[in-house]
Amino acid sequence: MTASQREAVAIPLLALAGAAVLFGLFCAWAGASPAGVFASIYKAGFGSWYSWQNSLLRAAPLMLCGLTTALPARAGVITVGNEGAFVVGGLAAAASGLATASTAPWLSLLLMMIAGSAAGGAWLALAAGLQHYRGVNAVISSLLLNYLAIALLLQLVEGPMRDPGSLNFPATHPIPPSHQLGRIAGTRVHYGLIFGVIACLLIWFLLERTVWGMEVKIAGGNARTAKLAGLPIGRIVLVASFLGGACAGLAGMVEVAAIHGRASQAISAGYGYVGILVAFLSRQSPLRILLVSVLLGAVLASGGILQRDHELPDATITVFEGIAFLAILASEALSGRFGFRRAAAQPASVKTVEAANARP
Amino acid sequence: MPGPDTLRFAGIATALLGGAIRGSIPYMFVSLGECLTEKSGRVNLGMEGILLMGAMTAFGVSEWTGSPWLGALAAAAVSGLLGLLHGGLTELPGVNDIAAGIAMIILGSGLAFFFGKQFTAPMAPQLPVLDLGGGIGNTAARAALRISPLFFLGIAAGFALHYAFEHTRWGLHLRAVGDAPEAARSMGIPVRRHRIAATAIGGALAGIGGSHLTLYFPGIWSEGISGGQGLMAVALVIFAGWSPRRCLAASLLFGGAQALGPSLQSAGVTGLYHVFNASPYLLTLVVMIASCSRTRAMAGMPGALARRG
Repeated sequence: MTASQREAVAIPLLALAGAAVLFGLFCAWAGASPAGVFASIYKAGFGSWYSWQNSLLRAAPLMLCGLTTALPARAGVITVGNEGAFVVGGLAAAASGLATASTAPWLSLLLMMIAGSAAGGAWLALAAGLQHYRGVNAVISSLLLNYLAIALLLQLVEGPMRDPGSLNFPATHPIPPSHQLGRIAGTRVHYGLIFGVIACLLIWFLLERTVWGMEVKIAGGNARTAKLAGLPIGRIVLVASFLGGACAGLAGMVEVAAIHGRASQAISAGYGYVGILVAFLSRQSPLRILLVSVLLGAVLASGGILQRDHELPDATITVFEGIAFLAILASEALSGRFGFRRAAAQPASVKTVEAANARP
Repeated sequence: MPGPDTLRFAGIATALLGGAIRGSIPYMFVSLGECLTEKSGRVNLGMEGILLMGAMTAFGVSEWTGSPWLGALAAAAVSGLLGLLHGGLTELPGVNDIAAGIAMIILGSGLAFFFGKQFTAPMAPQLPVLDLGGGIGNTAARAALRISPLFFLGIAAGFALHYAFEHTRWGLHLRAVGDAPEAARSMGIPVRRHRIAATAIGGALAGIGGSHLTLYFPGIWSEGISGGQGLMAVALVIFAGWSPRRCLAASLLFGGAQALGPSLQSAGVTGLYHVFNASPYLLTLVVMIASCSRTRAMAGMPGALARRG
């Protein structure tokens, strides 16, 4: 491993350890035993095959939603429209699933995937495009689009798309069971996990092994260089954010087609928001998203047991997420200070500049 | 004799006015706090989380001590601490303030929901209200003129900030820090101290806005109580061109947009309830698209933010 690779592993691990210590202190302060809480999280996430399946079920949407923030970020645009893209993806999938209920199941599922991805992709590309072409901060616009997506969902499932039979809990008509997404043989885990793994591998390949990926990284690294090199930055940003949004839209499709069987307010379960954290903990790297999603899937799966065994409210998980997020950001300050990058690795000009800066 | 349609329209208009005044208060305090923060050259996107923490703290302290004013004060203190955390964190090398803001939203809402779970009372002791329309017979108009003292406090804070920016040494230094940090540093102005102080005070202001949510309108605690108002207030600062006085006017506009859905519903227009309720988000998006530009720096934008592109 090179020095910077060692650093890229050591610093996030240190940050997570720091976050665990802070979270442990928080739990102790709230009157729960930190060791007990960590044991419970491990038990709920990885204690048995049953809990592994629970974690993987939650990891599937997290992989897709992690890519949603990570891919545009690699092109230089931070977006947090994951929840909105997820919701419009689910909505579009439900609409196309209901419209094609009389066709062959595989065709209907394929159309649902396409519709969900396209809707999610367009939703996020809107935010990124507004930043690129109008200078509208994409974090703000994509968060606003989340609220708008949920309003659209509520308006449609309580209005034109409502199943009159869904009395107390407005929802669309159900998609016929034969047209729903199945489970991986011998498990309770649906095919969404496979979608998530394939998406992470595919986007890793696009970023690391294609010319387009190179262009994305140049645009994200230094927009001026990219412009001087004649790269079409606008198109790169739009395609990257469309693909990112398509991942969240696909996750929304899975939520409708594999879990609920219909669209309702319940599909907005917050996976999009956790996906933002997944992306930042993974430092926007698709392969790390695979790993981090499983870890956070386990943390999400432990919400119930923390409530039952430790009398901690389910928001405890959100507190942990916030602490982990801040710790990973603060750890950026450590990069280059560990002695992993000894002087030899640095070109002479860098040293001169640093020496000049060090002078009072 | 006015016809029924005229009466109905007058009813909607009065409800809108009252709603705009009531609803503008969180926008006012958060946008003034954000305006102060951004004048120092930092963005705090975490206002949504800070607003929620303020709302939760105000409810808890007001219920615990029986004094709503203590609740509002505690909200300012706790939210000020969160602002301090954001300000300190973003001074670390390599820490992006946009990403830190997203983290603050998650941490603030997590902490607020965690402690808010313990509340059992439906309402905490509420802030007093000024009954300015005491002698008016019309009940709708009278309701619209029952105004929270925080409304006037917010207006005073807006004018005070304007005065501080334009006419005090501290304001001048703060603007120098935000416009040209290098130049300010070479003049001997402590850049870091100014930024952290501005971010902390900005957080405290947002906390007062949060206390309005739980101690006056809607006057209860629920996890969805802020509904993105902290975020929209951040967008509003851009729309207001980083001017505290224009933040006040824009807050009234946003308060009015927020009152649109409930006012129409109370007048019997219920068909597009969720769409009308989403109008503040739509309005924010539209004003952002209208007031932003990729090529020119916006008038009033602190230089440190403009150069970042």
